[in-house]
Amino acid sequence: MSERTERTGASDPSPLWEVFVRARRGLAHSHVGSLHAPDAEVALRHARDLYTRRQEGVSIWVVPASAITASSPDEKDAFFDPAADKVYRHPTFYEVPEGVAHL
Amino acid sequence: MSAPFAFTLALGDDALIAAQRLAEWSTRAPEMEEDIALANIALDQLGAARLLLTYAGELEGAGRDEDALAFLRDDREFRNCLLVELPNGDFAVTMAKLLALSAYQLPLYTALAGCADERLAAIGGKARKESAYHLDHAALWVKRLGDGTEESHRRMQAGVDQVWPYVHELFAAQPEAPIDPATLRGDFDATVAAVLAEATLAVPQSGWAPAGGRDGVHTEHLSYLLAEMQVLHRAHPGARW
Amino acid sequence: MYGNDSPGEDASGGLLGEVEAAEAALRAAAERDRGAADPGVDLAGHFAEIIAADQKIEPRDWMPEAYRRTLIRQIAQHAHSEIIGMQPEGNWISRAPSLKRKAILLAKVQDEAGHGLYLYAAAETLGVSRDELVELLLDGRQKYSSIFNYPTLTWADVGAIGWLVDGAAIVNQVPLCRCSYGPYARAMIRVCKEESFHQRQGYELLHTLAHGTPAQKAMAQDAVDRWWYPSLAMFGPPDGDSTHSARSMAWKIKRFSNDELRQRFVDMCVGQAEVLGLTIPDPDLRWNDERQAYDFTQPDYDELMRVISGDGPCNRQRMAHRRRAHTEGAWVREAAAAYAAKRKSKEKTAA
Repeated sequence: MSERTERTGASDPSPLWEVFVRARRGLAHSHVGSLHAPDAEVALRHARDLYTRRQEGVSIWVVPASAITASSPDEKDAFFDPAADKVYRHPTFYEVPEGVAHL
Repeated sequence: MSAPFAFTLALGDDALIAAQRLAEWSTRAPEMEEDIALANIALDQLGAARLLLTYAGELEGAGRDEDALAFLRDDREFRNCLLVELPNGDFAVTMAKLLALSAYQLPLYTALAGCADERLAAIGGKARKESAYHLDHAALWVKRLGDGTEESHRRMQAGVDQVWPYVHELFAAQPEAPIDPATLRGDFDATVAAVLAEATLAVPQSGWAPAGGRDGVHTEHLSYLLAEMQVLHRAHPGARW
Repeated sequence: MYGNDSPGEDASGGLLGEVEAAEAALRAAAERDRGAADPGVDLAGHFAEIIAADQKIEPRDWMPEAYRRTLIRQIAQHAHSEIIGMQPEGNWISRAPSLKRKAILLAKVQDEAGHGLYLYAAAETLGVSRDELVELLLDGRQKYSSIFNYPTLTWADVGAIGWLVDGAAIVNQVPLCRCSYGPYARAMIRVCKEESFHQRQGYELLHTLAHGTPAQKAMAQDAVDRWWYPSLAMFGPPDGDSTHSARSMAWKIKRFSNDELRQRFVDMCVGQAEVLGLTIPDPDLRWNDERQAYDFTQPDYDELMRVISGDGPCNRQRMAHRRRAHTEGAWVREAAAAYAAKRKSKEKTAA
C-alpha cells in the first residue's frame, strides 16, 4: 500500500517493500500490497510466495517503500485540477465526421 | 522388488519425508514470510510424493495407492535417504538439508524428464522447476547465514557439517535404475561448492558416510516420524477421509 | 471435489457474491470520486463528507485520531488472530489422515499466514510498524480472537473450525469489505475470496466424517458440540454490552451489530447441519415464524470474558508458542539484516 502516513523503515533491519504484480501478459503491473524483507532478493521471493500463490501473476516488481515519493493530499488541487480543463487530451473531445472509419 | 518400482518408491519416500519435516516449520519459522515460503516448498515436495507414490503403486501392481504406501508401511519398508528423516534442528540445519536435497533432486528430475518412461518423464518435468526454486531458496539463505553475523556463520557451518556425511548415500550407484544417481554427483558437487564458497563456508572433509535408507535400514528418527504421521490413519482401518 | 448436495455451496456462493459486490462498490465509489470536492480547510467536514458518500478514506487523508486508533486496534487484532489462528489447525498437519488432506490443510494454514501479512500491511498504512504491533501482541497488550484459545483435540476439530469458525469469520468479515478505510477494505476483499475455500474444505471434511464409520461420525458430532458455542461467541458481546460498536458503525468501520451478525450465522448453519446429519447442540434452537429467524441459546458470555482475559484452555500455550518462534528466529533475522548491510556497504565502496 504505497502511500504511508509516515515513512517507516529507512534503517529498519527488515524494511518495507511495495509489491507490484503483472497479472497477465498485456496488463500493467499494479500494486497488490507490501511485505517486509531484509533485501531485494529476499523481497522478490517472498512476494512470489505471498502474492502469487494462486497464479495471480506473471511478473513481479518490488520497490523499497522508502524510495516512493507520494503526492500529498493537501496539494491535491494544485496537482490534479489543472488537468481537469484539458478535455482536448481525451479522444472523446473530437467530433469525427460521419462515415470516417479506423479513427 | 523390480528396479523401476524400487527407484520410484525411493524418490516418492524422499519427497514425502522431506515434506513431513518441512511442514513441521509451519507456525514456527523465523519470520512470517518465511513460514509461507517453507510451506510452499513442503507443498511442492508433497505434490511430487503423491505423484511418485501413486505411480509406484501402479508399477507394483498390488493395488496399493498413495495413502496405502504412505500410511500403512513400517519404517523398515521405507526407502527414503537418511538425509530427509534427520530432525529439522535449527533453521541453519534445515537450510543445509534443503540445499543438499534440492541440489540432488534438480539434476535427478532434470534427467528424469528426458527418460524413456513417460510417466516418470512427466513427473520429472514438473518437479524440476520446483526443485530449481527450492535450490534457489536454500542457496539464498545459506549465503545470508554464512555471511551474516558471527553467530549465524557458526550455526550455518555446523549445519553443513552435520548434514554433509548423509549426502554420499544419495549418489550410491544404481546401474539398473532409470537414472543412475552416481552420474549426478559431479553436478551436485559443483552447485554446492559454489554456494558454500559464496557463503564463506568450508566444504566439510569427512570420511563418514552413513547409508542404509535405500535398503530400509534407517536412523532412529524415522520410526517416530512415522508414528506421528500414521497414527490417525491407522486408528481407523478402512475409513475414508 | 465438493458435492452438489451441500447447502454450504449456496451459502458460501452467496457470501462470495457479497464480496464481489463489495469490490464492485469500491470501484464505483472510486469512479464517483472523479468529481469530488476539494478538501479545503474544513478537514473534519471533508472527512465526514467522504464517509457519508460511501467513499474510501485513504492513508494520507486527514482523519480523526480516534478513527486511526480504532482502525489500528481492529486491524492489528485481526492480523494477530490470523497468525495465532494457524496454531490450532497446524496442530494436525503432521497427523492428517491422507496425503490429500495433508496438502489441503498445509495450504490453508499457509493462507492464514498470508492473511495476517495482508492485514499487518494494511495497519502499517496508518503509521504504525509491524514490529510494534508484534511487540504489542507478544507483550499481551493487544488481543486476538478468543476462539483460538480452544484446543483441537481430534481431526474433526479441523473440520469444525473450517465450517463454524471460518464460517463465523466470513459472516463477520464480508461487511468489512465495505469498510470506509480503503486499505482495510481492499485487504478484506482479498482475504474473503481466499476464506471461502477454507470454509468449504472444512464443511467437506466434516461431511466425509459424518458419512463415514460410526467412530468418524461420533468424532464429527463431538467436534461440533465443542465448537458451536465458542463460534457464536466470536461475534462478541451482545449489542447492549459492546463498547466500541456505535462509533464504529457511524464511521462505517463496522456495518452490522454483533447480534445481527450472530443471527445471520445461526440462520445459515441450521440447514448446513441438517445436510451434514449432525446436531447443533442447542435444544432450544427453533424457527420463529414471527421474526423469520431461528431462536437460539446465547453463548456463555462470562466464559467469553474469562477466555479474553487470559484464562481459556490454551491462551498460555498459544502465546508461548508465538513468543518462542519469534525469539528463536531472532538470530536468523539479524543475520539477514547483517548480510544486507554488508552488501550495501560493498556496493558503496565499489561505486
